[in-house]
Amino acid sequence: MEHGNTEHKTHSHGYGIYVLVWLALIALTSITVTVAGVDFGKLALPIALFIAAVKSALVINYFMHIKFEEPIFKVFLLLSGMTLLVIFILTFFDVFYR
Amino acid sequence: MADGNVNVAAKSFYEEGTTKKSTGITSWLFSTDHKRIGLMYLVTITAFFFVGALFGVLMRLELMAPGETIMGAQEYNTLFTLHGVIMIFLFIIPGIPAIFGNFFLPLQLGAKDVAFPRLNLLSYWIYLIGSVLVILSLFMQGGPIDTGWTFYVPYSVRTTTSVSLPLFAAFVLGFSSILTGLNFIVTIHRMRAPGMNFFRMPLFVWSTYATAWIQVIATPVVGITILLVIIERSFGVGIFDPALGGDPILFQHLFWIYSHPAVYIMILPAMGVVSEIIPTFSRRTIFGYTPIAMSSLAIAFVGYLVWAHHMFTSGMSDTSRVIFSLLTYIVALPSGVKVFNWVATMYKGSIDPKPPFLWVMSFVFLFSIGGLTGLVLGSITADIHVHDTYFVVSHFHYVMFGGTGTIVFAAMYYWFPKMFGKMYNIKWANINALFYIIAFNVLYFPKFIMGYQGMPRRYYDYLPEFADLQMLSTIGSWIMFATLVSIFLNLFLAIKKGKKAHNNPWGGVTLEWQTSSPPPLLNFDREITVNHEPYDFSQLKELDYESK
Repeated sequence: MEHGNTEHKTHSHGYGIYVLVWLALIALTSITVTVAGVDFGKLALPIALFIAAVKSALVINYFMHIKFEEPIFKVFLLLSGMTLLVIFILTFFDVFYR
Repeated sequence: MADGNVNVAAKSFYEEGTTKKSTGITSWLFSTDHKRIGLMYLVTITAFFFVGALFGVLMRLELMAPGETIMGAQEYNTLFTLHGVIMIFLFIIPGIPAIFGNFFLPLQLGAKDVAFPRLNLLSYWIYLIGSVLVILSLFMQGGPIDTGWTFYVPYSVRTTTSVSLPLFAAFVLGFSSILTGLNFIVTIHRMRAPGMNFFRMPLFVWSTYATAWIQVIATPVVGITILLVIIERSFGVGIFDPALGGDPILFQHLFWIYSHPAVYIMILPAMGVVSEIIPTFSRRTIFGYTPIAMSSLAIAFVGYLVWAHHMFTSGMSDTSRVIFSLLTYIVALPSGVKVFNWVATMYKGSIDPKPPFLWVMSFVFLFSIGGLTGLVLGSITADIHVHDTYFVVSHFHYVMFGGTGTIVFAAMYYWFPKMFGKMYNIKWANINALFYIIAFNVLYFPKFIMGYQGMPRRYYDYLPEFADLQMLSTIGSWIMFATLVSIFLNLFLAIKKGKKAHNNPWGGVTLEWQTSSPPPLLNFDREITVNHEPYDFSQLKELDYESK
């Protein structure tokens, strides 16, 4: 398979972005901790999950280089992510209405 | 030779070996040839199948008469757990993908091997390690696991039997499943022969593709769940145990988020095999190729949305129960699409009732009973009545054994000449099919009646009014076991001294029938180019197939 060329392209955007992503992850973690202290009731869980999703998206896109990969990998990941989302939503029908 | 395209002097993969250095057993255990790996799975899985079946027969013996017959309650609990664990994790989940998927997926695609042959061998080894761990767990302190194959908490956290090791074994086996799935996805995307676009792929490949996606996406969920139970048992964290603030229903959610899609890991490849066998023995192109291919993907997707129908009486919310009951009915639609298309394929076909076809007909009959009783269980009100009774056990065995199990035999009868280059005794195989369907119904149909009358599952004893039906079911188990041994003997003798098989004994047109039997190491002795639809029987003339 011809991946030799594409792998080298991924470094062309420099390392600054990694530091920025790292800072964003730390910021989001502190937000998660802070938000956990506030009583949002039933919303606390969706909020925590939303922040976690943003963090995952950053890690997957930048640290795992998916942003710079072929579209087919993005489709596969999106498919898995959407399945997970559907599973979360369906589980919430139990958690919220029990 | 009937098939003029094949160089008859070509050596088969048995003769060619894998590398020049390894011979004997090592040429198998360290072979990266997909065909050898498929056959290794065949041997291992068959062995576990017979162990599981033997446990089933022992359970039926205990239930032959009321009261303690051959074992006590604790032994019975252990036995039904092991029967479940072995049959589910070691036989039916890997079954068709690992044996026939490995052997025939590359052949049907016109490829030389799977995309990652070494990973494929690793998958087999992981499977082997997982199964050794299951066996080891039987001899651990505390005695063999007694939780049932579903490992429900809080019991699985509190029981003193050896739970962590068999759970870890299931975790390990999960990796084998994930890696096999990953291998198949990449193989299907990257290794197709020139001209083989997605809509020229045989339907077995489509169903294996859908299955592979479930293996990759769903299996990690049960892996994590199992680890959480082990952590809970070891450290008392309180994830599932209500006494520590945990939620036991969470376990059921997590377990079934995997285990319901896993049901489709079991049945989808079987449906693929059916879609291969029916056109071949009807001499007619499949009716509704695209709907069948798409229904595999639809089943795989909808399969994720229905897991909580296993939990109607667990105490989850009413809203959930209504939603999951509704969604459950939707999954019957793509299954129906398949069954109607199969029947339409046979309509006005030139049907040749050879053993594989007869076994597929048994499948359609048994699977329809299993599927339709599934709808009874899918409606909340009826489910509450028959929940945790023999009705569920019977439904499950009709779907899984009558469905997937039957197709394991059908696939074996269909592809046996290609795998071993030998032909079995056809008359014997036909008689086996007859006995199988009789034994099956004698064994499992009484359970529908007993379940409806309130006989709970997983009890080693019962009220006297169930005695006659229990006895009948036990007699069925004897006929079934005898039939299974007979099937095995027929095939085993065929390997030993069967007549040499033709390259294309059934007149199939998918690519595996266009190479020698057994195939050479690199599958084809010419470059494959595909310029036909998968079930275009006009090819038979080109292939110089003589109808016998």
